[in-house]
Amino acid sequence: MEERISHFLILRNINKNYGGVKALEKVDLDIMEGEIHCLVGENGSGKSTLVKIITGVVKPEPGGKIEIKGESFEFLDPLTSFLKGIHVVHQDLSLFPNLSVAENIAIHEHIMKKSGLVNWKRIYEVADRVMKRLGIYIDPHIQVEKLSVADQQLVAICRSLASDAKLMILDEPTSSLTSREVERLFSILRDLKSRGISILFISHRLDEVLDIGERITVLKDGKKVGTFRKEELDKKKLTYLMTGRELAFVRRSKGLEKKVPILKVENLTKYGQFENVSFELHSGEILGLIGPRGAGRTELALSLFGMNPPDSGRIFVEGKEVSFKSNRDAIKHGIGYVPENRLTQGLVLEQSVKNNLVITILERILNDFRLIDEERKNKVAEEMVRKFGIKTAGMDVAAKTLSGGNQQKVVLAKWISTAPKILILDGPTMGIDVAAKESIYRLVSKLANEGIAVLFISDESSEVTANCDRIMLMKNRKIVGVFKKDEISEEELERRIKE
Amino acid sequence: MMRKSRWKIYNQTEFYLFIVLIVLSTILAFVNPKFLRLENIFDLLRNYTFLGILALGQLVVLISGGIDVSFTAIATVSQYIMGVIISKYYIDNILVALAIPIPIGIALGLVNALLVYYTRVHPVIITISTLNVFYGFLMFITSGRWIYKFPPSFRNFVQIKILSFTSAKGTPYGLSILTLFWIIVAVMTWFILKHTNIGRKIYAVGGNLEAARRAGINIFRTYIFVYCYMGGLAGLASFVQAQLAQIIQPNAIVGKELDVLAAAILGGASVFGGSGTVPGAILGVLLIAIIKNGLVLMRIPAYWHQVVMGAIIAGAASVTALQMKFKSRRMVRKNVD
Repeated sequence: MEERISHFLILRNINKNYGGVKALEKVDLDIMEGEIHCLVGENGSGKSTLVKIITGVVKPEPGGKIEIKGESFEFLDPLTSFLKGIHVVHQDLSLFPNLSVAENIAIHEHIMKKSGLVNWKRIYEVADRVMKRLGIYIDPHIQVEKLSVADQQLVAICRSLASDAKLMILDEPTSSLTSREVERLFSILRDLKSRGISILFISHRLDEVLDIGERITVLKDGKKVGTFRKEELDKKKLTYLMTGRELAFVRRSKGLEKKVPILKVENLTKYGQFENVSFELHSGEILGLIGPRGAGRTELALSLFGMNPPDSGRIFVEGKEVSFKSNRDAIKHGIGYVPENRLTQGLVLEQSVKNNLVITILERILNDFRLIDEERKNKVAEEMVRKFGIKTAGMDVAAKTLSGGNQQKVVLAKWISTAPKILILDGPTMGIDVAAKESIYRLVSKLANEGIAVLFISDESSEVTANCDRIMLMKNRKIVGVFKKDEISEEELERRIKE
Repeated sequence: MMRKSRWKIYNQTEFYLFIVLIVLSTILAFVNPKFLRLENIFDLLRNYTFLGILALGQLVVLISGGIDVSFTAIATVSQYIMGVIISKYYIDNILVALAIPIPIGIALGLVNALLVYYTRVHPVIITISTLNVFYGFLMFITSGRWIYKFPPSFRNFVQIKILSFTSAKGTPYGLSILTLFWIIVAVMTWFILKHTNIGRKIYAVGGNLEAARRAGINIFRTYIFVYCYMGGLAGLASFVQAQLAQIIQPNAIVGKELDVLAAAILGGASVFGGSGTVPGAILGVLLIAIIKNGLVLMRIPAYWHQVVMGAIIAGAASVTALQMKFKSRRMVRKNVD
């Protein structure tokens, strides 16, 4: 069988140094025609460097070899790579929000053509043909910015098909999809595979990797750990290969026995977002909130944080009814909120780690003239870096230079240092690797043990069943079930989310 | 995109502009019946051709995600050079006069494009600088002298009408040939934006610069086209302005930046790039023309005109910003549904 399938891409002995740092060391990679190949590794393991070499954005060190369908190269440039059919569907999708679906799909009609005029008929034909090939339909006249993220992603996939992709590289394609949308994406990918198109699938979500991948290449610290067939791996083994450690997700032991309700919500409703939500949150408790995307979780969280006024219902903090006019009120009542998208809402990426850390506690670092005391600022920030185990090259480097997990820790640290009594974490482990996830779990568990009440919003049944004392299941804008720890298994929860 | 506008007309900025235009015209017609006379309308169209051409150039720059505020200096410089040449050598040929300012405008636009591309400084900063450099040089060399001795062909051109009528009192009036310039530029700009590759690339670059770069669009060439187009139109507009004024004063044009930006933004172009249409830019200019004309007909003191213009820019920009906000809200809803 092996003989029948030929190689699309062969990489041999690929090295890449940045300054003195070895980003990639002696990496080999084989991608077959019509294969779904997954690439996994922790942040900084060299995945993106490898992709950049395949797409010709960076040159490898001399001495390596790249072979596309039997043709050898020492290195690639972006145009050659593109013309050979290697296309990337970037995590940000790289679409033009102001242009129509058809134009986005057929954008290369504008770029590749010699004649200066637009052939609109052809643009619609190309879009139509590609969508038919995938068996999907999106109104070709509609502007892309009006589509859901899932549909936008399909447009991006259509675009690479329109310009004749042979190898499609998908970078974290599922990070903002609902589980149903993920299934649709996977069936499309399998369909592409059956047409002989190779797929390189990059993801942090190991469940998905093990679902869609036929072979899986693991990178660690710039070196290739190995390429494995799916049958050889399970999640535990894959985690071990990626991190080099046995990360048995420590299940959280019993929380505090004494239950003091600190937040009470009664019949909270915001039409079209969530309905009749009632629950209690106790100090020292981690309450999981899980459900499919679109169930209304984030909207509910924002209402509790004073940023999305509810239409009716009551909120009590420590027994007293409150009505938040803004998030300032919520913060005054001891509520902290870590947003879903740490990159756009949680961090000032260009600013230093230090400045990001102290932004919520400026009051505490003022001197007698009410000006910022640099010494005090340094001291406070260093303390936080130590306490939260943030890995950074220094206090003054920009926050964007940190890895995803460490960025998330900065966001957590900055809220936790305001000494909140209630902490709302919205998808705190989204898009970060397993090892970083684990350290976030530990941190959250420790905070709860110190008496903070945590509302933990998540997409993953495995993480809520392992880390939460109670779990609320939210579907179609309503709370449909509350389970105590150990009352429900991961599989059962997953089943109920999907049904 | 075009087909969409057919069945969702109420979704378009142009539709609302048009409604506002009708409402304002009706009010003005009640206040002063002179307003709706063909004479007044033709006068308006002629007097706002200068602004109209510049707004179309600005539209293209705004769509690409840039902005150009130096066009008044570009217009002044190209107009002045034209004036010097035709009056000094007494060139009695209108086509030669017309052919001088446009290439000068393109050349100065090229300076903007190169600076914007290579320095990567925000174009508003670059073009404020070039505005001062171009204008400063001109004032230094000319010390602000006026030019007014033009050959007959230059003096008579402005009188040409492409449609002529005679009013009840027996005075002739008509649609000026200058307005034809505006119409031609509008058709040309629409064609470029809608039916040429470079036009679509301008929208793409303004919509998502990084995606455009990844897709292999030549950003450099796009910038060159955009700023040179603005420059060339500034040159043409300066010809129109000189025709109307029949005198070239170095300080006549600089200061009109705001009117042009106001018209383009009012017409639905976004300062964030990626959006804007030719009909919008035309309606934007007409709206400003009507408002200003109305203020005059209602005998409101000139200082209030500035207040009104400022309020219009703030209002139009806020409406665009609000639309963006609703759009992104809808996106959120879409994402969660």
